[in-house]
Amino acid sequence: MEFIRKKIDIIRKPFNKGEKFERFAPAINAFDTFLFVPNHTTKTGSHIRDAVDLKRTMVTVIIALLPALFYGIYNTGYQYFVQTDIDFTFFDAILHGSKKILPMIAVSYAVGLLIEFIFAIYRGHEVNEGYLVTGLLIPMIMPVDIPLWMVAVSVAFAVLIAKEAFGGTGMNILNPALTARAFAFFAYPTYMSGNKVWVSEASGIDGISGETILGYLAAGSNIDYTFTEMFNGSIPGSIAETSTLWIIVGAIILVFTGVASWRIIVGGILGASLVGILFNLWGINPLMQFNWINHLVVGGFAFGIVFMATDPVSASQTQTGKWIYGFLVGVFCILIRVFNPAYPEGVMLAILLMNVFAPTIDHYVIERNIKKRRLRWESSKINLT
Amino acid sequence: MSVDIKIRKGFNINLNGEANKILSESERSRTYALRPDDFFYLNPKLLVKEGDKVKKGTPLFFSKNNPRIHFVSPVAGEVLAISRGEKRKILELVVSTQNNINDSAIKFKTTNFEKFSEEEIKDLLLKSGTWPFILQRPYGIIAQPEDKPKAIYISTYSTSPLGVDFDFILKNKKDRFQLGLSILSRLTDNLYLTVDSNFPSFYKNIKDATVLKVKGPHPAGNVGVQIHNHKPISPGEKVWTVKPEDVSNIGSLFKNGEFCSERTVAVVGPSVKNPQYFTSTIGASISSILKKIKIDESKECRLINGDVYSGKTTSIDGYLSYSDNLLTIIPEGKKYRMFGWLPFKDNFIPSISKTSFSRFLNKKKLEISTNLNGEERAMVVTGEMEKVFPMDIFPMQLVKACLNNDIERMEELGIYEVVPEDFGLIDFSSSSKIEAQEIIKKGIELIINEES
Repeated sequence: MEFIRKKIDIIRKPFNKGEKFERFAPAINAFDTFLFVPNHTTKTGSHIRDAVDLKRTMVTVIIALLPALFYGIYNTGYQYFVQTDIDFTFFDAILHGSKKILPMIAVSYAVGLLIEFIFAIYRGHEVNEGYLVTGLLIPMIMPVDIPLWMVAVSVAFAVLIAKEAFGGTGMNILNPALTARAFAFFAYPTYMSGNKVWVSEASGIDGISGETILGYLAAGSNIDYTFTEMFNGSIPGSIAETSTLWIIVGAIILVFTGVASWRIIVGGILGASLVGILFNLWGINPLMQFNWINHLVVGGFAFGIVFMATDPVSASQTQTGKWIYGFLVGVFCILIRVFNPAYPEGVMLAILLMNVFAPTIDHYVIERNIKKRRLRWESSKINLT
Repeated sequence: MSVDIKIRKGFNINLNGEANKILSESERSRTYALRPDDFFYLNPKLLVKEGDKVKKGTPLFFSKNNPRIHFVSPVAGEVLAISRGEKRKILELVVSTQNNINDSAIKFKTTNFEKFSEEEIKDLLLKSGTWPFILQRPYGIIAQPEDKPKAIYISTYSTSPLGVDFDFILKNKKDRFQLGLSILSRLTDNLYLTVDSNFPSFYKNIKDATVLKVKGPHPAGNVGVQIHNHKPISPGEKVWTVKPEDVSNIGSLFKNGEFCSERTVAVVGPSVKNPQYFTSTIGASISSILKKIKIDESKECRLINGDVYSGKTTSIDGYLSYSDNLLTIIPEGKKYRMFGWLPFKDNFIPSISKTSFSRFLNKKKLEISTNLNGEERAMVVTGEMEKVFPMDIFPMQLVKACLNNDIERMEELGIYEVVPEDFGLIDFSSSSKIEAQEIIKKGIELIINEES
C-alpha cells in the first residue's frame, strides 16, 4: 500500500497546488481518491466524521444493481436463443448477453464521464460520483438492440441538459438516467418500442414473438406467460427491468443500508396496488383485467420504483413528501399504462412527471411547518400583551 | 417514571476514553488567558494594557455592544501579553501570576443579598464579571441585562461524546449550586433545571427551579434541543441558558462576595491513558492541566476545548476556554486509506450509516481520528440530517437558506431556535461532508448584523 501511495504521489505531483497542471487537478483527484481516501483532516465544524461518504453511498447503489444487471445479461442471451430455437447453455446465454451489453456500459461511462470531467475542470470542483450510478442505469433501461451511437447521444443529452444545465450534481430536477431513456424514446421511437426491439437481433429474424407483456395487453391480446416467469424475469423487456426477483434483492440491499428511501418504495407499491385493484374491479379491457399483482411485476415498475424513483436528488426531499411522491409515482404508472396505449410502459413517464412535481410536494410540506411556526408566533404575541 | 422531554432522533457515539470519577487538583497555572472568541459575536474593548497589575475580578475588557458587560481577570497578577490578529482583532489576553502570590480579589458587599432587588442582582452580576456566564437564545450570544427572559434553562444532562457527569462535578458544590439557582430564579418567572431521567436523585431536593427529566440520545443534552422540545422560542422572546458549574459560580459570588472562576475540567479521549477530572480555573493553561495526564504519544494528537462535535481546536500552548468542562484529546488522521468507499470496510471508524458495522462494535475496537473520511461534495443524500436532528425544523432546507443568505426564509424555517452546536451531529454524519455548523454560524451572524 505504501508503495502504491508513493507512486501516485509522484504521478500527481504536477497537478498539485501551484504546479503546472493545477487546473486539471479534479481529473487526477478522481482517480486518486478512487484508490485512497485522502489524508484530509477536519478544519472547521465537527472534529470527527462518519466513515460514509458519497463514494460509498454510490458504490452501494451499484452493488445493489448488480444482481439485476447479471440477470439482464443472462436474459438477453436466453431470449435470443429461445426465440431462435437454438440449443444453448447458461454460459452461451451469458456470453451472448455480455457481448451486447458490456459495450453499451462502456460507451455510457466513456461519454458521460468525459462530460463530467470537463465540467468539473471548467467549474473547478471535484468530480461527483453520481454518474457512476447514472452511467450504469442508462444501459440497463434500454432495449438491447439500440445502436451504440444512440446510447452515446442519449447520455450526452442527459448529462448536458438534464444535469449540468441545472448546475450539476445535486441540482437537477429530472432523473438523468430516465431523461436519457425518454430522449431516446422520443427521438428514436422505432428503436425503443414495438415487437422487434426487446429481443437481441430480432429485427433480422421473421416470426419472432418479442413483444413485451404490456405491449400485448395494450394491443388487446392475451398473454401466455405464467406469474413465475414474469416474477423471475424470463420475459422480453428492457435489459435489466424484467426480473422482479433480482430487483427485490437489490431493494433489500438499498433499504438495509439505508441508501434508498423505503418510504418511496412502499408508497409506490401502495399507489400502484390501489389503482391496479380499482381497475380490476372496473375491468373493461385486457389491461384493466390484468391482475393487479401482475402489474407490479411486469414492465419497468419494480425497477423504476426501486432504483429510479429513489434517486434522492430528483425525488421529494422531505420525509412526508417521499410518501406522497412514491404513492403518486405508483398511481400514475398504472394510469398511464391503462389509459394511454401508445405508451404501454408508464413508469418512465410517471417518475419524470413526479420529478417535476417533487419540489411542489416539498413546498407544501415545508409550508405546513412554516405555517405551524407562524401560528405559534402569533399566539405567543397574544400571551405577551 | 415520567419523562418530561423525550428525544427519539439522534445518536450516541461509542468512544473510548471517558473520564474516570477521580477529581484532583490540577497544577497551578502560571498564566491564564481570556479569549473573546470563546463568546459568539463578541466585540471587545480593552480596559487594560500590557504590564498593568490586576486583581482577581479586575475588568480586562467589555463588550462594545453593551458596555455594562465586563470580562474580568480570573486571577490576580499582571497583564503579560495582548495578542492580536488580522485587523488588530484581539485574540488572547494573557495574565501571568508568577510575581504575585497573594490572591488579592475585588470584593463586593453581598450581606443580606436575599433582600436585593432584581436590578441589584443584575448589577452585581455585571460588575463582578459574572454576567458572561449567562447566554441568550436566540443566537447563543451573551444575554442582555435589560431583557426579561421568558425562561432560564440549565441542562445537567450531558449527552455529548465523552461528556462530563455534572452530578460528579457539582458533588462538592451543592450548596452554592442551590444558591445560584435561587439567585437566577429572581431574574425570571420560569427557571428550569433539566436532568437525566435515570439519575434524578442528586436533584431531588432542589428548590426554586422546576426539574425537567430528559431522555434520549445525543443531542438530547443540548439545551437548545431541550428548549425546542419543551417550549420553542418565538421571535421577540428571549430565553437564557447557564451551564451547571456557572450556576455554582454565581452562587459562590453571592456567598463570598467575589468573582468565582472555578472550572472543573475532564480530560478525555482515546489518546488519554488516565482520563479524569481536575479542578482548575477559567483560562488556565492547557499545559498545567496536562501535567498529571499521560498521553499516548505514538500518534500526533489534536487537543479540543469542548467535545468532538463542536469544540474548538487548541494546543499544548493554549488555554482552557471560558465555559467548557471538557478537554478532549484525539489522534490526528493524516493517513491515506485504501478503497475506503467499499461498504462494510473499515468498520473501526465510528459511523451512523448502515453501510458500516461499526454500530455493533465494542468501543474499545473503535478508532477515531480527525480524518474527513472523504471529500466535500454537493448535497445529494436526503433524509440523513433529519435522522440526527430532533427538532421540528427542516435542517437541510435551513442550511440551504443560510447558504443563500435568504434571511426571510431562515426566519420562517426556524433559525431563532438553533445554534451551531445543534448541527454537530449533522456535520459528523453528512455523507457529503457538509460544514453545517459553520454555515449556520454564518447565517446567524448575518441576521445579527442585519438587526443592528
